[in-house]
Amino acid sequence: MWNGTAKEHIVLIGVNHRTAPVEIREKLSFSKNKIDPVSLFMTSPLVREVLFLSTCNRVELLLVTSNPQEAIEDCLRLWGEANGLNLSTFEKHLYFFQDIEAVIHLFKVGAGLDSMVLGEPQILGQLKEAYRYAVERRGTGVILNRLLHKTFSVAKRIRSETGIGSHAVSVSYAAVELAKKIFGTLENKVVMLIGAGEMAELAAQHFLTCGIEKIIVANRTLARAIELAKRFQGEAISLEELEDYLIKADIVVSSTGAPHYILTAKQIKQLMRPRKMRPIFFIDIAVPRDIDPQVNEIENVYLYDIDDLKAVVEENLAFRRKEARRAERIVEEEALKFEAWLEELEVYPTIVALRQKAEAIRQRELEKTLAHLKGHLRPEDIQAIDILTRSLVNKILHDPMLFLKNRYHQEGKQVIDFTRRLFNLDGEKPLKHEPPQNILPLHERDKVQKT
Amino acid sequence: MICVTLKGQMNVFFFRLALLVYLVATVGYLVYLLTMKKEAARGAYYVLLVAFFLHTTSILARWIEARHTPITNLHEATSFLGWSLVVGYLILEWRISSQQVLGAFVTPVVSLLMIYSSLCPHRILPLPPVLQSFWLPIHATISILAYSFFILMACAGVMYLLQERQIKKKRLTGLFKRLPSLETLDRLNELALKIGFPLLTVGIISGAIWAEEAWGSYWSWDPKETWSLIMWLVYAALLHERLAVGWRGRRAAVMSLVGFGIWVVSFFVVNLFIPGAHTYVEWHG
Repeated sequence: MWNGTAKEHIVLIGVNHRTAPVEIREKLSFSKNKIDPVSLFMTSPLVREVLFLSTCNRVELLLVTSNPQEAIEDCLRLWGEANGLNLSTFEKHLYFFQDIEAVIHLFKVGAGLDSMVLGEPQILGQLKEAYRYAVERRGTGVILNRLLHKTFSVAKRIRSETGIGSHAVSVSYAAVELAKKIFGTLENKVVMLIGAGEMAELAAQHFLTCGIEKIIVANRTLARAIELAKRFQGEAISLEELEDYLIKADIVVSSTGAPHYILTAKQIKQLMRPRKMRPIFFIDIAVPRDIDPQVNEIENVYLYDIDDLKAVVEENLAFRRKEARRAERIVEEEALKFEAWLEELEVYPTIVALRQKAEAIRQRELEKTLAHLKGHLRPEDIQAIDILTRSLVNKILHDPMLFLKNRYHQEGKQVIDFTRRLFNLDGEKPLKHEPPQNILPLHERDKVQKT
Repeated sequence: MICVTLKGQMNVFFFRLALLVYLVATVGYLVYLLTMKKEAARGAYYVLLVAFFLHTTSILARWIEARHTPITNLHEATSFLGWSLVVGYLILEWRISSQQVLGAFVTPVVSLLMIYSSLCPHRILPLPPVLQSFWLPIHATISILAYSFFILMACAGVMYLLQERQIKKKRLTGLFKRLPSLETLDRLNELALKIGFPLLTVGIISGAIWAEEAWGSYWSWDPKETWSLIMWLVYAALLHERLAVGWRGRRAAVMSLVGFGIWVVSFFVVNLFIPGAHTYVEWHG
């Protein structure tokens, strides 16, 4: 329990995509060896609790220790040795946060505020994974358990109260979001890829996860089309069949290397009647463009080129940045709450000790008195005395308790030390100090009296 | 005596209460449109249900007090139209969810109708002999229900045109985020047409039969009849084009606004200013 001096500190050491090149991040992430980082850092006697987070953009070590300075040195040494790194090569890339700063940083990381793509949600999953990993190895205790759960709930709160996670910030997501606003659901929709580029594949992948019915791949070289179609379990066609298949398609992603428009407004206009005016959404990510911009003027036809989508993404990013400022206010608010809890955590053992001591004294004295008066008292009298002693104890302790709780925030540990000395909570304990955990119910006590 | 007066005012009391609660619901839906908070939508929806309940009570009370279908003057007709609009909205939202965004466009119309209705003379007057017919409840309720679906079509149409504009102009903020997908809006428009059009047809036929009973002629080219026929033709054309050619989206939206314009003429202008059997104010003049 209480050991007199120890205040637990939360320490966070890490690197991210802004502070360190990927080679350093890779090496610090224990990816090249089979060492289990949580167990490794737990070998340091100074470290109470550990969590180790490693993603492709960051590596972070979260510690609870009562001696931050030495614990950090210890951990950096272990970290370097285990990965064959010289301290001097990676120390300059590290950032260090302590206590409330560390809490703020962790909350920000969890909410995606520190991520490369602002507000991205994957980091929360990775953090949960890291936490599970640490729990399995008994790396976490009271403080980290509470801190991590708080981190998860803060991230959730930020997600629901701000728009940090809304508004697509990649070209392919923006295209999917747009398609949903045109078609409602993407189920039963047919996506056609014209030309096969990396970005087209990425978009196709996104559309597939939204439950589209089928992918048609059209390419200048049929072999490449077949290869891609096989991957998406779709259909491969040649460019000559394009118009026939455009009658079926709902979403067309075009990315050929053609130097001129491969689809003209006139062509598309003619297609609308056989399509029974069903809407069609063209995404032209080719440079130079594949589809005549006039196509956008046709009824029920929507055309976005790469610049349009990039502008959308840029606008959405600006929105997220604005929301991030609101999110940071939430982070600060929650970090302060967490700090208050941490402080209470420190006061708490003292409050318990004080109550226990008072209760022990009360019990002892009550027993003595009742032993003297044995047989003279009716049960009601015994009850009255019991209540009297209890309220005496409570009234006397009331002010010291308040003092302890309120002043701790201002004066810190001194108040605890002072209280412990004043009430001799750590000193020589009276010999017969064995307070019963539960006070016996009255009828039970009655029996004790009679025997 | 006092009892009678109080009883006579029950419907007015509930009507005013309903109007007040409709205004609250409208504000709720507009807040929802602005903030997109789900709580706002849920709150507004419950408030709307309360208003609807009060309104229903008011109409039933009036029915009992008047001893005839309370759709015999402009006050009653617009009030019933507002009520039908809520019924129609609830049906559409139940079949095709617009995430309640449609409510933000419908509730202001309901509120306006209620305000307009509250400004018309309220007094219950004895039913003129020409309206004392078995056909009054059938013809009047069905026609007004049909109108409510045409108003809903116009709301969905306006929303469609706004959303299409956002997408075509590549402005993907504000309304784009708030309005449902084009597909949803078009399906709302289509469903409202498919319910409204048969109702209008039945309304016109029942009116013709009633006219034959009352005046001995099915069709007498009264202005109301003429405008209703024009309206019927517009919606018939839209329905035909939708089913046969595949008209949808923008054209359907524009057509539903044209139909709405004709309805405004047939309902307000004809009834108020051109003498005929439907001149509500004149029935009791």
